[in-house]
Amino acid sequence: MGDYVLDVNGTVVHVTAPADEPLLSVLRDRLNLTGTKYGCGEGQCGACTVLLNGVAMRSCRTPVSAAATAKIVTIEGLERHGVLSPVQQAFLDEEALQCGYCTSGMIMSATSLLSKTPNPTDEQIVGAMNGNVCRCGTYPRIVEAVRRAAHAAEKGAQ
Amino acid sequence: MNSHNIPELENFQEQYWNHSLKLTVDRRNFLRLLGGGMLFCLSYTPARAQESGRNGGGHELPKDISAWLHIGADGKVKVFTGKVEVGQNIRTSLAQQVAEELHVALESISMVMGDTALTPYDMGTFGSRTTPTMGPQLRTMAAAARQMLIEMAAERWQVPAEGLKPIQGKILDQQKSRWIAYGELTRGENLVKVVSGSVKLTPTSEWKVADTAASKVEGHDFVTGKHVYPSDIVRPGMLFGAVLRPDGFNATLESLDTADAEKLPDVKVIRDGDFVGVAGADASIAKKAIVALKAKWNTPVQISNSELFEYLKKNAESEDDSAHRAGSVEQALANADVKVESKYTVQYIAHAPLEPRAAVAEWNDGNLTVWTGTQRPFGVREELAQALQMPETKIRVIQPDMGSGYGGKHTGEAAVEAARLAKAAGKPVKVVWTRAEEFTWAYFRPAALIEVKGGASKDGKLVAWEFHNYNSGTAALGTPYDVANQLVQYHPVRSPLRQGSYRSLAGVANNFARESHMDAIAHAAGIDPLEFRLKNLQEPRLRAVLEAAAEKYGWKNAKATPGRGFGIACGTDKGGYVGAVAEVEIDSASKRIRIRRIVQAWESGAVINPNGIRNQISGGIVQAIGGALFEAILFEGGRILNPRFSRYRVPRFTDMPDIDVVILDRKDLPSAGAGEIGLIGVAPAVANAIFAASGVRIANMPMAPREDVPGEAQSTFKS
Repeated sequence: MGDYVLDVNGTVVHVTAPADEPLLSVLRDRLNLTGTKYGCGEGQCGACTVLLNGVAMRSCRTPVSAAATAKIVTIEGLERHGVLSPVQQAFLDEEALQCGYCTSGMIMSATSLLSKTPNPTDEQIVGAMNGNVCRCGTYPRIVEAVRRAAHAAEKGAQ
Repeated sequence: MNSHNIPELENFQEQYWNHSLKLTVDRRNFLRLLGGGMLFCLSYTPARAQESGRNGGGHELPKDISAWLHIGADGKVKVFTGKVEVGQNIRTSLAQQVAEELHVALESISMVMGDTALTPYDMGTFGSRTTPTMGPQLRTMAAAARQMLIEMAAERWQVPAEGLKPIQGKILDQQKSRWIAYGELTRGENLVKVVSGSVKLTPTSEWKVADTAASKVEGHDFVTGKHVYPSDIVRPGMLFGAVLRPDGFNATLESLDTADAEKLPDVKVIRDGDFVGVAGADASIAKKAIVALKAKWNTPVQISNSELFEYLKKNAESEDDSAHRAGSVEQALANADVKVESKYTVQYIAHAPLEPRAAVAEWNDGNLTVWTGTQRPFGVREELAQALQMPETKIRVIQPDMGSGYGGKHTGEAAVEAARLAKAAGKPVKVVWTRAEEFTWAYFRPAALIEVKGGASKDGKLVAWEFHNYNSGTAALGTPYDVANQLVQYHPVRSPLRQGSYRSLAGVANNFARESHMDAIAHAAGIDPLEFRLKNLQEPRLRAVLEAAAEKYGWKNAKATPGRGFGIACGTDKGGYVGAVAEVEIDSASKRIRIRRIVQAWESGAVINPNGIRNQISGGIVQAIGGALFEAILFEGGRILNPRFSRYRVPRFTDMPDIDVVILDRKDLPSAGAGEIGLIGVAPAVANAIFAASGVRIANMPMAPREDVPGEAQSTFKS
């Protein structure tokens, strides 16, 4: 067991956990941030995606010890003062979900993509999102939602 | 009972139907529900389907309004149903139907679902039954409640009820320009009234709410991570459980050394026969404890993929009485101008719901509460009662809206495990299956061996049809085409792997074989595959979707070229009708198949929430692509060789074709379920497109696996 200081959604938190415990378990079981999901434990499905210093990472493959120096953002950290982020709003508007279990990870991957590439082509969207699985098969709407979020952000910036 | 076969939906369906007939639905309703080929389907149900031992006998659906809905003093409406939300959007579509009949705003309704303590008994959420059965059930209760509210207002004002109208949660007396809110009438008291006989429902043509594209209720919680799934449940003092899994299927425990595991801090090891589990303060320690257990297992010799289809053929139980026979296939084939005979195979595949099985169990004074992800909360309550030898009255099962099921969560394994561990540990315990556990210890979509013989005259009239399904099931088994001489038979087999329901059941396998074979006959006879189908098809609803899909695709003027082809298929089951056209592209060097476009026409009676239906149909197409092209469970010696996403390929963004969904809204027909049958046209349409592009007919699913499946001929194509 080790003591770690984490920066999660802008708040500094102290946790005690084994050094090799995945960040996913720390978030879910020790910090009760259950919006981040377990799907496969091998970084293949993307349900556990969070942002580490703004970049999409698989929290199931990230030991807590490696996350201690980073700014961590989870799905719970995107809404600001009751206003959804453009990506969250776009997923809601497009109803780009069915069971919704993959949605947190999808939104985090899309957020990471749009922060680097504000106007992605469809190929860039598909390429960036391909590590995220939606078993309900909502992919066409998710692509549409990412496009919509990009347009919304562009409009907002003008 | 065959312990390897989880009872399929057909079994449940028959029981459910008998149940409905006896207990709840009046004859007129029952006949209405029978629309869309259901009788036909039932006639194929084999006798052994009754052996499931999971019937709903003795559970009468309540007839009192108060069991189904409650209107609070504040006008908020609570609706109770044992159905569960797993992503198919019934939390929204059922609420819309209640809003329609009750004349209240959709936002005022909250659905209480899948809680054995609060909702009426329900067999489970499967078989596309929610829309055709629970929809009318709730509409009936809402309409009866509306009438009761009108009568209450009439009595209060001492006026005839005929002059009063329900509008937006109020009863309006137009003559005197006054109104009273529902909540004021009920004051939160139960609406106690037994509903008997038929209640007049709002005709679908007059719907104002039910057929709108209402947004998913509670959608906000899903995009913010606030929604609590079964695996997210936390209880005070809760421990984390894990279960020791055998080395292979059907293994028995020879010896167990728990010493190292028990040395770990705050770990409890529980052994009960071959069940061995641990409970610890966190998931990490529970996992370590499982690794520290030293177990020896005896695993019997078992077959692998390479012997699968030979095994299915050899071990078939004859079910002669279940065969559908007409005329003489033998004679008709002998006289046919065109004869085609083929064998089709379908591998076992996994549901792989993104949320694996999960449960939290908590004991209080001998009472057990379990939160778990299941399509059958009442069935899981029964499982718990049996496993723990206690009465169902002391057990409550709660099903939070879960991370999908696709027919794969009919059982309560994690619930039973959590309950046993919690009982021994004296604290609430959470069990969440790992992906490998979900891939290995859940159950699979049945593998299929299907043998088909077909014959036609040279002018394209189908004259003979013989169809044998080994193992996979009876859904969409019969041919919808007109053919005088038929032999259609299902041969049950004791499956070597644990198998059970999967979205659309055997519909995918049976449709793959039938529609591939129809294509092969059409080509052999030199007739356009669409024309050949229409020539032999009278069912107007199936013709309509077939023609709609062809029209939207532009079938008439489309020309296949080497490397690019298109194929068509259709099918029907459970009151849903589907026509599909697929276009594929095959790279000449790499032989890689890309599905470029799928056009699918869908009809399931009157549309409830077109937005939800589109999501289901489009999602079904995507899911079906996996089974069609690359999903396969690889197994050997009682072990699954690919129990993880890095070895078991599922459809991803890069696999997406352009998808066009054409919905035919038949306001004049009762609504059927739309969650399942949207899958059944994809694989054959793709197979037929591959043939058009390459001249190669692939008769094995998956058609282009990433790695070769032992026992299957090496695949010509890759995906």
